[in-house]
Amino acid sequence: MKMTKFFAWFAIAVGVTYFFVPLAGTFEFSLRMRRGEYSLDAYGSVFSDVQFQQTFGFSMLMALFTIVFGMLLVVPTAYWVRLRLPQMRPFVEFVTLMPLVIPAIVIVFGYLRLYNSASYIPFTGSLLGTNILLVMSYITLSLPYMYRSVDTAMRTIDVRTLTEAAEILGAKWPTIMFRCIFPNVMSGVLSGAFITFAIVIGEFTMAALLNRPAFGPYLQLVGANKAYEPSALAIIAFAITWLSMGLIQLVSRFGKLTQSRP
Amino acid sequence: MSTASSPLIDRRTIIDWLGIAPFMIFALMFLIAPTLYLVSGAFFNAEGHFTFENIAGLFTPTIMSAYWISIKVSLASSLGGALIGFFLAWAIVLGGLPSWIRSGLLTFSGVASNFAGVPLAFAFIATLGRTGLVTVLLRDWFGFNLYSTGFNLLSFFGLTITYMFFQIPLMVLILTPALDGLKKEWREASEILGASNWQYWRMIGLPILWPSLLGTSLLLFANAFGAIATAYALTGASLNIVPILLYAQIRGDVLHNPNLGYALALGMIVITGLSNILYIWLRMRAERWQK
Repeated sequence: MKMTKFFAWFAIAVGVTYFFVPLAGTFEFSLRMRRGEYSLDAYGSVFSDVQFQQTFGFSMLMALFTIVFGMLLVVPTAYWVRLRLPQMRPFVEFVTLMPLVIPAIVIVFGYLRLYNSASYIPFTGSLLGTNILLVMSYITLSLPYMYRSVDTAMRTIDVRTLTEAAEILGAKWPTIMFRCIFPNVMSGVLSGAFITFAIVIGEFTMAALLNRPAFGPYLQLVGANKAYEPSALAIIAFAITWLSMGLIQLVSRFGKLTQSRP
Repeated sequence: MSTASSPLIDRRTIIDWLGIAPFMIFALMFLIAPTLYLVSGAFFNAEGHFTFENIAGLFTPTIMSAYWISIKVSLASSLGGALIGFFLAWAIVLGGLPSWIRSGLLTFSGVASNFAGVPLAFAFIATLGRTGLVTVLLRDWFGFNLYSTGFNLLSFFGLTITYMFFQIPLMVLILTPALDGLKKEWREASEILGASNWQYWRMIGLPILWPSLLGTSLLLFANAFGAIATAYALTGASLNIVPILLYAQIRGDVLHNPNLGYALALGMIVITGLSNILYIWLRMRAERWQK
């Protein structure tokens, strides 16, 4: 038993070293901008950069649209499959997992060929169209995570009884959907939203190939041209990811509390 | 009530199917059609005739070496990630460590498995790059020049080490429930029958775990194979891996044949698809023991 404990501590020590050193190295590097002393100059330089503000704002906006439209697509579908089309469940689940199988770069390659300005549906022919296509590509990327978290939340409520109760009380479809189903799967919707946010905010491939001024391509540009700002940006990105994951844990804990109500 | 319904398809069925129509249209437009377009494009030439030339075109030295490096990096990072991830998961489940280490590691794994892309490349450049923290400390403290050993972050080895930063946590997250599923009774039974620790793992533990282990390794493999942002930010276009080659092809037709680009994409789908199908199959086998 003593050996086991020794090896366990050893494994943890190796893991902690591997994960901690790059983070510490990045943080240390980000403080080195002023010669001879540590300072937060790199962070100041990042935050005051107009391009940082613009691209970050753009990606935030795209993430917001992705979450809103993604949820409007995913929640009714998951609800409907549970209520009326249980035989379609394996198929729908398979489709939602496909974005994990097909690499993002292949999907966006298909978009560029299928929806170019000379095609029947010229998404990439206009600015608005390209932005819509970007949001659609982000919904595709986050589909596996959104669908799974919503479907898991839906498993804990009795969809059929809720719907029947609402119908008996005279509710119409929009009322059932937005005042009955959505609030009940809110914990799933929120954790899906935060993971979507974490994926979309720094996404590079889609935005770069669709030529949109998003945060991911901006990061790449800074990395190619500057010395200390990339490290500061890496720390900021890590903090954002940590925040999203922390919020997911908070939400799921909150969800469990409300479910345990008798 | 059903006066309007025809004998063939009644109204309720139509409404049922209309309910998932938005999802179906979305999936068709933004997932299935673009993929099928590329897959079919791989089998036609510029004049629109059916051909296997594009597939044959993949077997040229440049493209084959790109696939080979991609496969090597994905394989090394998935096996390395699987091995270290397994020991970490083992340590927190069966190592008898305090419980705060378990929850801490699992939380961190959730974060680190999503910390990929461009910022991850920055982190490793700041650590193991030519002026990175570890490189500088090794030089100043031990007089050891890392880069004189032939080490280069912008290489196969560097990319592998970097990819493991999101591979290991993913392994920990998937394998911890599998290790939790190893019942105490199996261990006790084998000990009563006189089995040693080694015999327990060789004859009971690993045979039960191997579908999870192998399946997750395949998932990690596909995960690394399709990744581009980290590699692109780390090496620019200097490392010739498939996603970067495809990126350059989309940007500027570097292969001078659009249909060869489709074949390149098809090759990626085939490789990630195969590893995912195997993963799903192995996962179903693994779940038999987790009930």
